[in-house]
Amino acid sequence: MTYYLAIFLPLLGAFVAGFFGRVIGDRGAHIVTCLGVGIAALCSIPIFSEVALGGKDQVLPVATWLTSGTFEANWALRFDTLSAVMVMTVTCVSTLIHIYAVGYMHHDDSQPRFMAYLSLFTFAMLMLVTADNLVQLFFGWEGVGVVSYLLIGFWYKKPSACAAAIKAFVVNRVGDFGFLLGIFGIYVLFDAVGFDVIFQAAPAKADASVHFFSRDWHAMTIICLLLFVGAMGKSAQLFLHTWLPDAMEGPTPVSALIHAATMVTAGVFLVARMSPLFELAPDALTVVTLIGASTAFFAATIGCVQNDIKRIIAYSTCSQLGYMFFACGVSAYQAGIFHLMTHAWFKALLFLSAGSVIHAMSDEQDIRKMGGIWKKIPFTYTVMWIGSLALAGIPFFAGYYSKDMIIEAAYGSGSAAGRLAFILGLAAAFMTAFYSWRLLFLTFHGKPRADHHTMEHVHESPLIMTIPLGGLALGALFAGYLGHEHFVGEGRAEFWREAIGMRAGHDAIELAHHVPGWVVASPLVVSFSGILLAYFLYIRRTDLPAKIAGAFPGVYQFLLNKWYFDEVYDFILTKNVFRFGKWFWKGGDTFIIDGYGPDGLSALVTRAAKRLGAVQSGYLYHYAFAMIVGIAVFVTWFVAGRAG
Amino acid sequence: MESGFLHVGLSHYLTVSAMMFTLGIFGIFLNRKNLIVIMMSIELMLLAVNINLVAFSSFLNDLAGQVFTMLVLTVAAAEAAIGLAIVVVFYRNRRSIEVEDINQMKG
Repeated sequence: MTYYLAIFLPLLGAFVAGFFGRVIGDRGAHIVTCLGVGIAALCSIPIFSEVALGGKDQVLPVATWLTSGTFEANWALRFDTLSAVMVMTVTCVSTLIHIYAVGYMHHDDSQPRFMAYLSLFTFAMLMLVTADNLVQLFFGWEGVGVVSYLLIGFWYKKPSACAAAIKAFVVNRVGDFGFLLGIFGIYVLFDAVGFDVIFQAAPAKADASVHFFSRDWHAMTIICLLLFVGAMGKSAQLFLHTWLPDAMEGPTPVSALIHAATMVTAGVFLVARMSPLFELAPDALTVVTLIGASTAFFAATIGCVQNDIKRIIAYSTCSQLGYMFFACGVSAYQAGIFHLMTHAWFKALLFLSAGSVIHAMSDEQDIRKMGGIWKKIPFTYTVMWIGSLALAGIPFFAGYYSKDMIIEAAYGSGSAAGRLAFILGLAAAFMTAFYSWRLLFLTFHGKPRADHHTMEHVHESPLIMTIPLGGLALGALFAGYLGHEHFVGEGRAEFWREAIGMRAGHDAIELAHHVPGWVVASPLVVSFSGILLAYFLYIRRTDLPAKIAGAFPGVYQFLLNKWYFDEVYDFILTKNVFRFGKWFWKGGDTFIIDGYGPDGLSALVTRAAKRLGAVQSGYLYHYAFAMIVGIAVFVTWFVAGRAG
Repeated sequence: MESGFLHVGLSHYLTVSAMMFTLGIFGIFLNRKNLIVIMMSIELMLLAVNINLVAFSSFLNDLAGQVFTMLVLTVAAAEAAIGLAIVVVFYRNRRSIEVEDINQMKG
């Protein structure tokens, strides 16, 4: 029962708040949605201890969904360690964000809709992580995509929000296309979509090949690459990342819940879930490593020069997702999921405290216009420090355990791609520390750069917003310490059991535990030097950053414009697609289909009707004449018919 | 049945009836004046049909034709009565029974 409650209560909350929001009012919607996810979160804790710690994996049936020939896909809730971890993370973080949203959105005039979306998102995410087959996983996958679209465009009166929502949806569609092809490929190869069947049959199919474009390809590599394309879209990896920063147009709780803590990690979850397959496709893993490492590096470089507080954190998310992916790429799935879990806490914390700052600064998001407010909002300042310390991987905060493990695993894997990921990861760690403290220093320290009016209004957020911040801060403080023993430590084999597939005799985590001392120390060194550099540039010599930017205008502009990805895509793709679409619209739709279809037909009918209408003169003798002619024709026809 | 310089046979009756029928038809749609003329034309056509029926009845020695004629005459009388009544009502409403004026039946 607990299991079903944990999954379906958020759906119930969303249903009630969404359809009866006007009846129960704002307050009622708050209560019903918060209760829904709150109870789900409470249920998730016994689930976690029973499944993950107690070792009771189970699959709970819900309903029959699709049966067609040999194809079968059912609704079922699959609980193993992987999904238990995800369920707990999602529901707990989601609950705190729900509560925060009550405070953050209290000016808004469609709060029931917002709360319903948040709950619906939680449900879709839970469906995704507890899926027992790929089709159900795809259902959850699309579900979170839709809600993400709805929430990015929540303030639909803002054109930029609508554009961002469409962009997110369209870019995700590219990834989803790959994901779908991957599912098709799996069905072709295994004749099934259920995880148990696939994973059992996988080793036998390790060398299977598919014939395609008159060549034989290694089937597993193709499938894994296609699945990874889906993961790239959802998790905003390099080339398909462009939607994530724009998604910050949504309200801050949305950024925290969907675009930092949970939905964007679905790609990592997918790779971990499909790990038994990925393990059979080393080439695909290399690609995952390279893309992940490049994303970590690339997003970090952009984060260093952005000025919008939410965008900095968005690029930081992108970069951290890169870490998770290259962890998976070097077979350290456990470390990837561990980082996913800790990241959910501290990134949600960072976003929500950024929201608190924005709230305090009267909706100002540009850090160049902040500064010197730490005394006025000490609580936000403290939790933001905690979040940043966790993000930078300073010892004993959450990120320290997971991020260091990833970097060590990258080095420990010994492969060329792993070494490259190690170097890029270190560079990204340096920049992570740098931009985090740049953000802190610019926002909270120095002279106030906001106008007098705004400064007077700076105030600490109400309790309903600070309590969730406190909860997330606790997570950012302790999640790593509490989890590392189970996730990546000695107890990991017992903890994960069958949930993560591994090649026999290739334990990436074990290798990571035996790397040289300098490798272990290096993330710490670069993080501290990043912080020191930020301190030097933004506290000591505040004149230097502008000078540096002035000295390398090319580099600065390149980074400020996000490596010109949007511009290049616009030039290569968007413009041409628009032209193509316009051509189809004008030529195909308007001219051919409308011209000869509905419009043409209706014009024809009107013309014919006018002609026929002229026959009806209204004169009696015309009608009489018509009757006589008619009779004559009938009689003739009758008589002639008889004769013939 | 012989003698007499004029022998009136079936074909004569049919000719007369055909002429009457044609007159009736032309009466309907060449007439531009009066609604009653149209009714008279219809009556003429019915009578033409009656002559036809009687002629064939006599020719074929089958009384059914004449019985049918009686029926047609009865119906024609009723129809004329109803028709005239409609004309009267129409005249009351529109103060005219000119055929040219009756053009209200446009769709």
